[in-house]
Amino acid sequence: MSPAQVFRFALAGLAANKLRSALTTLGILIGVGSVVLLVAVGNGSSQSVQNAISSLGANAITVVHTEGAAGTTASTTAGTPAGTTAFAEPQNLTVQDAQALAQTQGVASVSPAVSTSETLSYGASSDSASLTGSYPSYFPAEDDTLSAGSYFTTQEVNTARDVVVLGSEAATDLFGTANPVGQSVLVAGIPFTVVGVLATKGASGLTSADNTAVAPLTTVQDALTGFGTLNDIVVQATSAALVDTVEGEITSTLDLRHHETTADADFEVLNASSLLSTASSTAHTFTVLLGAVAAISLLVGGIGITNIMLVTVTERTREIGIRKAIGATPGVILAQFLTEATLLSMIGGALGVLAGVIGTRFTIVGVRPVTVPLSIPLAFGVSALIGLFFGGFPANRAAHMRPADALRYE
Amino acid sequence: MTRPLPRHAAGPPPIAEPQLQPVIRLVSVTKTYGSDEAMVHALRGVSLEVAEGDYVAIMGASGSGKSTMMNIIGCLDVPSAGQFLIDGIDTSSLDEQQLAVVRNRKIGFVFQAFNLIPRMSALANVELPLSYAGLRAAERHHRAEAALRLVGLADRMTAQPKQLSGGQQQRVAVARALVTAPALILADEPTGNLDTRASHDLMDVFDRLNVAGRTIVLITHEADVAAHAKRVIGVQDGQIVADRRLTGPDALPPLLGQPAVRP
Repeated sequence: MSPAQVFRFALAGLAANKLRSALTTLGILIGVGSVVLLVAVGNGSSQSVQNAISSLGANAITVVHTEGAAGTTASTTAGTPAGTTAFAEPQNLTVQDAQALAQTQGVASVSPAVSTSETLSYGASSDSASLTGSYPSYFPAEDDTLSAGSYFTTQEVNTARDVVVLGSEAATDLFGTANPVGQSVLVAGIPFTVVGVLATKGASGLTSADNTAVAPLTTVQDALTGFGTLNDIVVQATSAALVDTVEGEITSTLDLRHHETTADADFEVLNASSLLSTASSTAHTFTVLLGAVAAISLLVGGIGITNIMLVTVTERTREIGIRKAIGATPGVILAQFLTEATLLSMIGGALGVLAGVIGTRFTIVGVRPVTVPLSIPLAFGVSALIGLFFGGFPANRAAHMRPADALRYE
Repeated sequence: MTRPLPRHAAGPPPIAEPQLQPVIRLVSVTKTYGSDEAMVHALRGVSLEVAEGDYVAIMGASGSGKSTMMNIIGCLDVPSAGQFLIDGIDTSSLDEQQLAVVRNRKIGFVFQAFNLIPRMSALANVELPLSYAGLRAAERHHRAEAALRLVGLADRMTAQPKQLSGGQQQRVAVARALVTAPALILADEPTGNLDTRASHDLMDVFDRLNVAGRTIVLITHEADVAAHAKRVIGVQDGQIVADRRLTGPDALPPLLGQPAVRP
């Protein structure tokens, strides 16, 4: 008996109960569709984080102040003889540190920075934004560009002038469509003159890179944060190729200045590529998690196939008996029911891929899904295997029915 | 230890006596169901031979074992003990797959409940055994049409079973039984679900098939159906209790061409 004939019998079997076949197909459709879609959502969010990080500037290296391991380690080693201690109290990241780093070869600019979150207000409108205090070199290091006005000058930093450059979102929130340049905004109650507005950078994952305000370092320290530690120092290397070398230089310079070892450093050196790899691994975990949830729904769909095929086999016991009486071998019966199950799951799989791909054209909870090409053949292939696997048990039961009993079945 | 000479394992039977080879041969066939105290003896040693061209009715009340006999003759079940041969093939050594092939090539079934496959046209139903035999579509079509014409259904080939009367459905079943040109047509209460008129028409089809040389075994409990056969066998309590020959295996069926009797 030819495979085409088996295929025709299987199609006729499915057509005999269209509603049931459609519902079973739906189970697989949802499973496959959600695998394709959720993996695309995971991938999409990972890509948007990566885009945001790479927009930070490929040459930028950020030195971040941390509490360091020293504070905690010191207490546990209190009993060690004095004088031999390798541990120092965590020190502040200072402007002097920044000046020292500026001497390093391969460094284009060094921008010490403090940051805080403040409420900005203009007239009746107010906005909570992140406020950074730094030097003008901060802007190119962060890949910022202006859409209006100008940056503040080093002169203005040295004289601690109350000027501010607004991020595009902060500007829109406060001024709407009006031009903010030259206007005065209140930052934590202190009036600042807006000198410039930054171009839109876009959302970076969960936070907006545009809901910001940047003012001179001295002004912010003076008025808001005090003259404690810097939050970070943004160092710009002269070229992307030098980033790793410069990063090493920065680490040894600061280790020396802070009397630290690598183990108990009170700072952390980050660059876009290291952030990128951290973010990628987080996003990867996220994608795997979403994929696993979707795979479970695919599994449930597969169990649905077993269930329906068992019902079908029981219901068609008599038909199986007739087919066997007139000469269908167990192999042919097995093939027919396996084909039915596999057809169900493959039709469901194909429609699921279609539904998933259509779904990826929409933005889902702020994430623009990006289809992973491999997920399509994989989900479809798994759905076909599911038909074979979950259809196997009912088909085998049909194939080995005793014809005399099957014919008697009412 | 002495072993009886194998009767059939020694190759093909002698060519000199082809007419002596029975279409079916049962040797001390017993069939039991269940085990120990609950054991049911459906057949208690039945021996029977049916020659080619014969027309045999097996009669018995329900529970007499005639259905078990039909299952064994139809290769739907295997004997617990004893031997069953169809067309010279010993079925005891065959597996499920080989039994299916024997049913396909050697036996044509007609059941009481018609047992056509729903949602398939009369023609597709008749083609089905040929599909399982692996014939090509054109050949299947040709032979199935010929079989349907033979049972007088040339004009209902595309009808589905539910669009056909009981008598017509049973004639489709007969067409399906004979389309493979089997050694034996095995009918289990073929008139059981039919009215008198349809029963008569159906028996007329069987009579004509027998005239054309088909070997037929009917299982029935109706005497007027059994009267069409050339030989009537009575079964009771799993044993053959009567074997009456109405006419010779090469003669014409006794009621051939008789008009329907209206009650």
